[in-house]
Amino acid sequence: MTAIEVRGLRKAYRGHEVVRGIDLEVGRGEVFALLGPNGAGKTTTTEILEGHRRRDAGEVRVLGADPGTAGPDWRARIGIVLQNTEDAADLTATEMVRHIAGFYPDSRPVAEVIGLVGLEEKKNSRIRTLSGGQRRRLDVALGIVGRPELLFLDEPTTGFDPEARRHFWDLIRTLAAEGTTILLTTHYLEEAEALADRLAVLAAGQIVAEGTPATLGGRAQAGARVTWHENGVARTEQVDDPTPLLRKLVAADTDLRTLTVTRPTLEDIYLNLIGAHR
Amino acid sequence: MSTLSFGVSRGHVELLQFLRDRTAMIFTFAFPAMLLLLFGTIFSDSYDQPGVSAAHVFSASMIAYGILTTAFVTMGAGLALDREDGTLKRLHGTPITATSYVLGKLLLVAFLAVAEAIILVAVGALVFGMSLPDASHWLAFVWIFLLSVISSSLLGMAISVIVKHGRTAGAILNVPVVALQFISGVFIYPVIQLPSWLITIASFFPVKWSAQGFRYVFLPDGMRVNEAAGQWELGRIALILGAWCVIGLVLCLMTFRWTRPDQ
Repeated sequence: MTAIEVRGLRKAYRGHEVVRGIDLEVGRGEVFALLGPNGAGKTTTTEILEGHRRRDAGEVRVLGADPGTAGPDWRARIGIVLQNTEDAADLTATEMVRHIAGFYPDSRPVAEVIGLVGLEEKKNSRIRTLSGGQRRRLDVALGIVGRPELLFLDEPTTGFDPEARRHFWDLIRTLAAEGTTILLTTHYLEEAEALADRLAVLAAGQIVAEGTPATLGGRAQAGARVTWHENGVARTEQVDDPTPLLRKLVAADTDLRTLTVTRPTLEDIYLNLIGAHR
Repeated sequence: MSTLSFGVSRGHVELLQFLRDRTAMIFTFAFPAMLLLLFGTIFSDSYDQPGVSAAHVFSASMIAYGILTTAFVTMGAGLALDREDGTLKRLHGTPITATSYVLGKLLLVAFLAVAEAIILVAVGALVFGMSLPDASHWLAFVWIFLLSVISSSLLGMAISVIVKHGRTAGAILNVPVVALQFISGVFIYPVIQLPSWLITIASFFPVKWSAQGFRYVFLPDGMRVNEAAGQWELGRIALILGAWCVIGLVLCLMTFRWTRPDQ
C-alpha cells in the first residue's frame, strides 16, 4: 500500500521552474525524509502534497486522493506541521490545541498531546510568550492532535536545543511505531539518519539520489579511510575494503592504539551529491 | 452540523483573541465614541424641528460609521492578517471549511457591531439627551443594521485580497471609510450642502443609505426634509443595501483564497 505516489511533478513560479519532474513513492507506515539545500524545491513539493499549492503538471495521489481537489474528510486523515507560523498569538497553548482538536473526528486528548511535545510548563501561557523552540513544539502538537495517518513535517526541529531534538525524535519514533506514515524535510543529516527508513535528495527541483540512510548515493559501496601511526609517523590509506589491510597490520604486529577506520557519513555523501548538481 | 459548530468554535477564539488585544479593543470602540462626543459638543446647528440637535443627528449617522469600522475594517484587516500570520494556512490543513471560517469572522463582527451601536446610542441618549425610538422604528433598525453589517463585512472580505500586508491594512481600508463618511451625510449634514454630483457618487455606495436609515430610526419624522430626496426612502435603502450584500457575496466567492498567491 502506498501513502504517497508522485509521477512527473512540475511547478514553476513566474516562469522559473522550481520542481522539475519529480517521481516519488512512500509506503504506508514509512518514515521518508526529503533532503536538499534551500531552494531545491522541498517546501514546494511538500505543499503540493499537503494540498496547499497547485501543481503545473504531474500525477499526485496522497492517501488515495488528489490533494488538489480533496475535501475535509481527506484533511481529517493528514496532519501538517507548518514552518514559520505566528498565528493565534493571544491564545494559550492549551486553548489552541483544544480548538484545532475540535475539527477532527477522533482527536487525541489535549493534555496527552501537550505532554507528548513537552509543553506542560507552558500550557497556560499565551502563545506569543513561547520561545522559538516551544512554538515549534506547539506546531508539532497541532499537527498530531487529529491522529493523522500521514504526517507532514517541514523542518520540524529548527530552533530546538539538542535535548528537545532528542525528545522530538523519540516522539516521531513513537508515532511511526503506531503506524503513522511520515514525510519529513530537514536540513539536519543526523536527523534524517536517526529517523528515516528511506530518503531522497532534491537538488534544483530534481531527485538526484534515493535510498536508505545506509545505501544512499552508493554509501554502502564507498570505501573506507584507515589511519594509524607507524613508528611515530601518521599513515593514511583509502581502500575499498579495509579487511585485507587490517589483517596485514595485525599480522605485522603494528601498534594499533591510534587506529581509525572511517566510512563516509551521510553528510559526506549528501555534500557530494549536492556539489555534483550545482 | 459541523459547518455550524466549527464556525461557532472559530467565533469563540476570534472573540477571545480580540478581547485580549487591548489596543485593538480600545481603538475599535473608543474612536467612534470619541468622534461623536467631539462633534456633538463642537457643532450646535439647529434645525426646524424642536428638540433635535446636531448631536442627535451625529449619534444616529455615526452608527453607520461604527459598522464600517467594526465590519468593513475588521474583516478586511482580519483576513489580510490571517493570511499573513499563517492562521488561514493552518486551518486549511484541517477539516474546517471556508464557510465555517467566514462564519466565525461574522460572529466576531456581529458582536463588535452590536457593542459599537450600543455605545453610540448610549452616548447619544445619556450625554446628548437623544430620545429612543418606538417599537416599529426599532424593527427598521434591525433590518437596516443587519443589511449594513452583512454588506460591509462581505465588502471588507473582498477588499482584503488587495491588502498585501497586515500592517498597511488600516491605511488602505481607511481611504474608502473616511472618504465615504464625508460624502454620505455622516460628517457633513445635511447632505444637500454637497455638490449634487458628489451626492450622486455617494448614492452608489451603501454608507449613505445606512446612515439615512439610522437617521430615520432615531430622528423625528420631520427631519426627512434634510435628506437628499426630502424623503426617508426606506424601500430604496433596503434595495441598495441588499444589492451590495449580493455584490459583496459574489466578489467574496470570486476572490477568496486560503493562501497568498505564489511567491
